[in-house]
Parts: sequence; C-alpha cells; structure tokens
Amino acid sequence: MARIGVFVCHCGENIGRTVDCARVAGEIGKLPGVVHSVDYKYMCSDPGQALIKQAIAEKGLTGVVVSACSPHMHERTFRRAAGGAGLNPFLCEMANIREHCSWIHEDREAATDKAIDLARVIVEKVKRNVPLETIRIPVEKRALVIGGGIAGIQAALDLADGGAEVVLVEKEPSIGGHMSQLSETFPTLDCSQCILTPRMVEVYQHPRIRLMAYCEVDAVEGYIGNFKVTIRQKARSVDETKCNGCGACQKACVVKNVPSEFDERLGKRTAIYVPFPQAVPNIPVIDREHCAYFKGRARGMKKDACGKCKEACARGAIDFAQEDRFVTEKVGAIVVATGYELYSIGKDQPAAGLKGYGEYGYGTVPDVIDGLQFERLASASGPTAGKLLRPSDGKVPKKIVFLQCVGSRDPAKGIDYCSKVCCMYVAKHTMLYRHKVHDGEATVFYMDVRAAGKGYDEFTRRAVEEDGAVYVRGRVSRVYRDGDVVKVLGFDTLNGTPVEIDADMVVLATAMRPRKGIEKLAQTLSVSYDRHGFINEAHPKLRPVETNTAGVFVAGACQAPRDIPDSVAMASAAAAKVLGLFSNEMLEREPTVARVDAALCAGCFHCERVCPYGAVEHKEVRDRKGNLLKVVADVNPGVCQGCGTCQATCPSKSVELMGFTDEQIYAEVNALAL
Amino acid sequence: MRVGYYPGCSLHGTARELDESLRAVAPPLGLELVEVNDWSCCGATSAHATSHLLSVALPARNLALAEEQGHDQLLAPCAACYNRLASARHAVACDAALAETIEDVLGRPFPSTVAPRNLVEVLRARLDLLRERAVRPLTGLKVACYYGCLLVRPSEVCSFDDPEDPVSMEEVVTATGATPVAWRRRLDCCGGAFSVARTGSVVRLSRAILDDARSAGADAIAVACPMCHSNLDFRQKALVRRGEAELPVLYLSELVGLALGLDAETLGLGRHFVDTKALVERALASKPGPAAKPGPRPSAPAAAAKPASPAAAGTEAV
Repeated sequence: MARIGVFVCHCGENIGRTVDCARVAGEIGKLPGVVHSVDYKYMCSDPGQALIKQAIAEKGLTGVVVSACSPHMHERTFRRAAGGAGLNPFLCEMANIREHCSWIHEDREAATDKAIDLARVIVEKVKRNVPLETIRIPVEKRALVIGGGIAGIQAALDLADGGAEVVLVEKEPSIGGHMSQLSETFPTLDCSQCILTPRMVEVYQHPRIRLMAYCEVDAVEGYIGNFKVTIRQKARSVDETKCNGCGACQKACVVKNVPSEFDERLGKRTAIYVPFPQAVPNIPVIDREHCAYFKGRARGMKKDACGKCKEACARGAIDFAQEDRFVTEKVGAIVVATGYELYSIGKDQPAAGLKGYGEYGYGTVPDVIDGLQFERLASASGPTAGKLLRPSDGKVPKKIVFLQCVGSRDPAKGIDYCSKVCCMYVAKHTMLYRHKVHDGEATVFYMDVRAAGKGYDEFTRRAVEEDGAVYVRGRVSRVYRDGDVVKVLGFDTLNGTPVEIDADMVVLATAMRPRKGIEKLAQTLSVSYDRHGFINEAHPKLRPVETNTAGVFVAGACQAPRDIPDSVAMASAAAAKVLGLFSNEMLEREPTVARVDAALCAGCFHCERVCPYGAVEHKEVRDRKGNLLKVVADVNPGVCQGCGTCQATCPSKSVELMGFTDEQIYAEVNALAL
Repeated sequence: MRVGYYPGCSLHGTARELDESLRAVAPPLGLELVEVNDWSCCGATSAHATSHLLSVALPARNLALAEEQGHDQLLAPCAACYNRLASARHAVACDAALAETIEDVLGRPFPSTVAPRNLVEVLRARLDLLRERAVRPLTGLKVACYYGCLLVRPSEVCSFDDPEDPVSMEEVVTATGATPVAWRRRLDCCGGAFSVARTGSVVRLSRAILDDARSAGADAIAVACPMCHSNLDFRQKALVRRGEAELPVLYLSELVGLALGLDAETLGLGRHFVDTKALVERALASKPGPAAKPGPRPSAPAAAAKPASPAAAGTEAV
C-alpha cells in the first residue's frame, strides 16, 4: 500500500498569493494513500527540505510529491533531499502549481481548485513510480577533433595539454586551414603564419595528439563516452613512414601548371605537392587527377607515362599502388571544427536557394578577385612573394575598389546573415595595400561598418584616418572590364549620386558559408544544422559549444561566421567541456530512458526510424538451443535522451519510457478526468 | 495555346508596331491572343505616383477581368504594364487587408489566379517552335538586347530571370539566328516617362545607352518596352552626333517576325523614326535557312525543362 507524502509550497507570496496552500494540503491529505500532507512557506529552503526528510523517516513514505514550482527549477533539489533520507530519488515528483497555476491565474478560488487537481494528478502518478537507478557508463578518455584549422588546432592542443588523448582529422594534406592563407591579421596586423605555424608544429610533436591529415570521417557509431569512429585515410601515394620531406619529388615533377588551391588559383603547383612550404605534416600528396602517371593509367597505357618523382625519391617513398585505408578509433567526445568556405560569386551556385552576382564579372574579369585571393597577393608566401600585383598583367594596381557584403545580408541571393569578419578584413586590406603601395587609392563600398570587438572600431578608424581609405556608403551595380581598367558603377547613398570609378583591381568581400559536405557530416554525427548548414549549438546563450547530441561539441566557423579570436575562444571552451566530461570515471545519466519489452516487440523498427538520436539497436532473441527466434528493438541507454518518440510510435506498446510509462500517464489522466 | 492579351494604351498608340508584330508572330508560334474584353489603363506611372490603392486597383481590375473571361495567363507586351500587373498581384499576395480592400473597390472577387506574362517570357517559352520555323535566320546580325529597368526588376515581383544579369532576351535573339553582343548598359534606365517632363535627362541617359551599344558593335537594339523604344528611337534623331550612323531599334517581336519570314509592312517596321530599311534588306538577303538547324542549342530549353525552378515551370505553361 502506497504511503505518499505531499508538501505544498507557498513560494513566499508567489504561490500563496493566489492559491490557498493550506486548503490544497488539506484536500490532498484526504486522498487514499496519502499519509502526510503539509504546507510550508519555502519548501526548497533548508527547513523545508528537513520537513520532507523527517516525514520520510517518521512515516515510512513510499513516495513524495512536492507541490511547488517547475521541475526545471528544483526537481534535483527535492530528489536529492529524498535520496538523502533513504528514498529512491525517482520516487519523488513535483506538481507545478506556480508556472502552471498561481502565476497565470487571478481567481484565488479557481486557482486553488486547479492546484488541487494538479497535485492529485501527480499523487496518482507517484503511486505507480518504481525505483530507478542512475545509469553509469564508462568514458573513453580520448577526443576526436574534426578539422585542422585554427579552431581544431586550438581545441586539440588544449585537450592534449589537459591530459586527454586526441585524434585530429584534417581532410586537406596539411593542417592550418584558412588562417595559414592569410597575410596579416586584424586588429594587430601581426603575421598570420608567424603565430600559426608554431602551433601547427606543436600539434605535430605533441605526444598525446595523433594527427591524421588527408583523412576524412567516414562513419560514427556509439554515444557519449563511447564513440566508434571510422576514418578514411585517403591515398597520398607517398609512404608517410619513409618520406622525410626533402622535396626532391616536387622538383622532379613534370606537371607544373596545376592551379594552387592554397594560393586560391593565383599560383601554380606541381602534381605531387605539399600545399605550402610550412605544411604540417611536410609530406607530399600526389594529385591523381593531374599526375601524368595516373593520367596515363586512366587512358589505359601499358607503359608508365611518368615516374620522375619515384626516380627522384632517394628513400623509395613513392607508392603509386597505395589505396584508401580505413582506421577505427574509439573516442569519448567529438569536437566539430570544420570551418568555412567562401560564397561562390558567379552564376553557378553549389546549392539550391543561392544566387550569384553575374554583374560583378568575377571569373571573367581577371582583376576582380575575392578576399582570400587578396590575402594571397598580399602574403609574403604568396604567388607574388608579397608584392601587390594584379593578376591580369602583373602591374601594381594604383586604384583598388573593395566591395563589402557580397552575398552577405542579401536575402535575394539566399544569404540573409552578416558574415561578421568582412568589415574588419576589408579595413585590413586597405591598410596592407597602402603600406605596400603608398600612392594607392583604396575605395570601399559598404552598407554599414560593423566593427564590434576589442580594438576593432579603432582599427577601422585607423584605416580611414591614417591610411586614407575612402569609404562610400552604397552598393555597386556593375563591374566590367573597359580596356585597361575595371569599371565600377555604384551609388553613393549619402550624397545621393551615382559613382563611377576606373579601378585597376576590385576585391569582393564574399560571404562565409559552412564547408561543402557539412550536412553529410552533421547527419553522420546526428547533430542539427540551420538552413544555411551551420551547426546548431544546444543553446544560443548558455550552451554555445555543445550540440544537441551529447558528447559532440562545436567550435569555430562551422557554427556561424567567426573570426580568429572567436574561433580560438570557442575551441578552448569546447576543450574545457570535453575535459570536464573526461574528469569523471563514469558518466551519470538520468535513468528516464526508453526500454523495450522483448517479449512484446514484433521487430517492426518503427522506433528505429523515428529515433532522432540513433539509440535503437537490433537484438537477437534465441531459444535455449540457440535458435534465432526473432530480432527485436533494443534501446541503448547511453544514447537515449528520453524524448519518448519511440513510445508514441510503437504499434505493439512494447516500448516504455522509464518514469513516464503508459500506466503512469493514464493514471494521471484518470485522476484528472474521473 | 490560348493566352489572354492585354495590349495596354501604348500598343493602341505609339507602339502600334509592337501590337502588329506580336499579332503577326503569334500564329506561327502557336499562340492565340485573346484580347481581354473591356480592359482599362494599368495606371502606368501616374497612378503609383498618386495613390498606392489606385496603383493596385487598376491592374487588379484587368487581372480580374481576365480571370472572369477564363484566362490563367495574361500577356502584357508593354514592360510597364507587365510591371504594374505583376506588382499589383504581388502587393495583394503580401497583404491580406489590401486584398480585402481591393475586392471592395473592384466590386468583384479577386482570387488572383491569373499570372501576368511579359513579351520576352512568352517568346522564350516558344523557342523550339521559333527555331523550327525561322525560315530566314538573321545570321550575322549583331543585336544589343536592352532590358531597361521594368522588365526584370524588382526581383521579388518579376522573378522570371536574374534581375542583374538576365539572359532570356539573348536566348530569343540567338534563336532568330542573330548574335547578341556583350554590352554594359542593357539594364540601365532610358529615362522612361521623363521623356517630356525632363527631356534633358532622357537625352543624357539614352545617349549613354546608344553609345555603349554602338561601341559593342551592335547593328540594332532589341527592346521589349514601348517607353524604351520611344526614347531610343524617337529621340535618336536628336541624339546622334554628326557623322554617326543611326542605330535601328526593334521590338523583339519584330526581330522574331523577320526570322519567321514575315514582311516588313506586316511587322510595322515602317512606323519607326530611325530607318529600318537597310536592316530589313539585309535580313531579306539572308539565305532562307533550313527550318530546323542541327548543332548545339543554347542552354535555354534545358533550363526551362527543369521542373525544380518555379520561374522556369511558370514559363513552360505559357
């Protein structure tokens, strides 16, 4: 026989003003099975909790109902109190008579009646509660970091320095990401490579980091603390254990005119290449699409078309027969840091819903370039060795026009967000330009200048006041080649006049978009993303580096447009979250998860299809002789988040959500309706 | 294919050749133009400068008439009429309160089922027939396609082509056998309705357009708007500098008509201020080509075949 104790809280005036708490306690006390019913000013206070503990001990309660605020507020408090008195914490429940009653009603009489109803409902539920045990799952204290840009590098180093083992996966041949392409960084104008490359080397040399460059995450199974990750090691055609990075193969390569991805197609590279001299790891990759040997193979030639790199390699590291390999790693947490790519300006767009700017001549006029291309032109390691020369004829541009918000903040093009970094890097570009070309004229077309951040507004002011950048508020309608110049037609919305500029070069500050393939990766990881493909954080303010899947974290520009300081801060935050997770021997999970009755389950797996977390697994049921009887659903308690979707879907009612069983819910409904 | 036809005031006046040429090219292109009975002015520039409600109500009345007379599409060859019809429909679709007011004002229900179509859109949807029946391809003729401002903008109202970098007119011109030239000012304003009130502005703007077309090597300018035609054709006498050749300005339907082998008089080519005789003679001299030309086609039909694009799907129905 149930022995329920009910504790009605006044919450000071919050409940007591509208609800007659004494009457609630009195009425509820008359219910069968309720052996104790009291009201008190502040149940959550120390004396309030003592009342509960005392009643459990003295009256031998089998269940506790606290009629007070929302369980979001104090369920943990009261369950801990109940647990402290020797009662299973999951036999303690709350009836919400504050948010659901006193705060939203005025009529004291009616509100009191409703409070009685709410409490009665929970009493009926608690009568059917069963003791549940907190789930404990072991934690694999290794982390996977996806993406080797500045965010991934920072996260990996923080994690490894904090004592965790790290697997860092980068899909390009070298880590470094976009930051390694930048010339100088705002707002200090310090050299990007100078601050980045030491960090890259640190990653390479760290005893607790396993660097897997030229690799991609192929599949992810498991759950927080226990992920099993399959990683595809793409064929480099170079044996990493033998190569010492001497570079002889690249000198020997006959294909020398492949547009360099690192130089944003402004420079050339060989078919066997490292993206840039400071690459980490400094091991080349054969680009099979352009390699003469592989092209010969593809044409079906019997004789080898080339093999110069193999001849040149003194260590016999070239391996044309190498194939993609798959490696499995067990990790306890995952940090996604896949970064961004630039919006493509021309008419051809990678996704439906995006539109390009045909009128800006990008791709047809060689002196119209994007922001990353300008970085390469300004970079000491770039195709022009840091001399600012325009692509068409190699002349020093005397007039450059910069266009902000190309793509960004333009719903007509499919991107309505602000890319956040462009105002700052355009200001930086005008300064770099003036520092290199003293008599150069830099004109910037802008919508607003958004320079919020430490030292940021001062920086853009400096571009105008000290380095003479001319800012024109307005949009550009057309960019075209007119003989030797690039004609820019725009409108100055402050003066209300059309503007026509004969520029030598035009730089388009294009929007940041998430990396191609992010949706597929997000689906592999069961994390949600917004309509642009940016990974969703669990809470925009309070859980900025967590995702909606436990154990998967996010850092850097794959979550939203981010600059370097933001990305680094996010990466450190994600690393701290992971280290926090790893600080426990076992993970504790609420036992309110779904459970399948194998005897009832027909194995239709509707539950598997609707589960947003991939928690449903297949289990074989065998008889004593070991014959397979049927395959049924089984819920992995480590993955299950207790949403109850499977329970609602199951046609044979064989799934129950612990703590919210059908029996409990029906009892609640009956208590209300009958 | 039966299409509601809304000539608008200008096609009964200054732009009679647009009306004539369109009626002439319709049958070979498989179009049956049915003029909407009792149509009235779209309001043009004056209405929306005076009263927003009036500027919506006038076009809405014509759309409602087309609806009553059983049409689901309404061809408005004048770019300004098209823009007003499309704008009114868009305004009503975005504003439920306005939609109610409009029904009150019109005194008839206005479910807004009729889609306004422009000249370029309708011709582009029939490129296959045009290519097949172009007995006199305009090979070698260089044409500057001039969109002006009202045909493709604003983008949320006129969504049949890219608002800043459109291609549809070039596709039609290519199908006539002529060659579209690459030039800059194809979307610039000609001065529009300021032709009388501020002639100086119109002269400046139109001259820039003519100069650019000429320097791009065009033999003629193709237009799809009576106002543009008036500014570029009628004003050209005043615009040309000494020694400069005049540049014929043709409606897109006239070019199509020439390619279809129709004669100049039927197409109204005698009504122009800039002489079109030389151009017509050149077209007549061109070899009657084989009706269906082999060889690569421009990408237009492929694009129009994609059901994914709502704009393309819309034009398919024309």
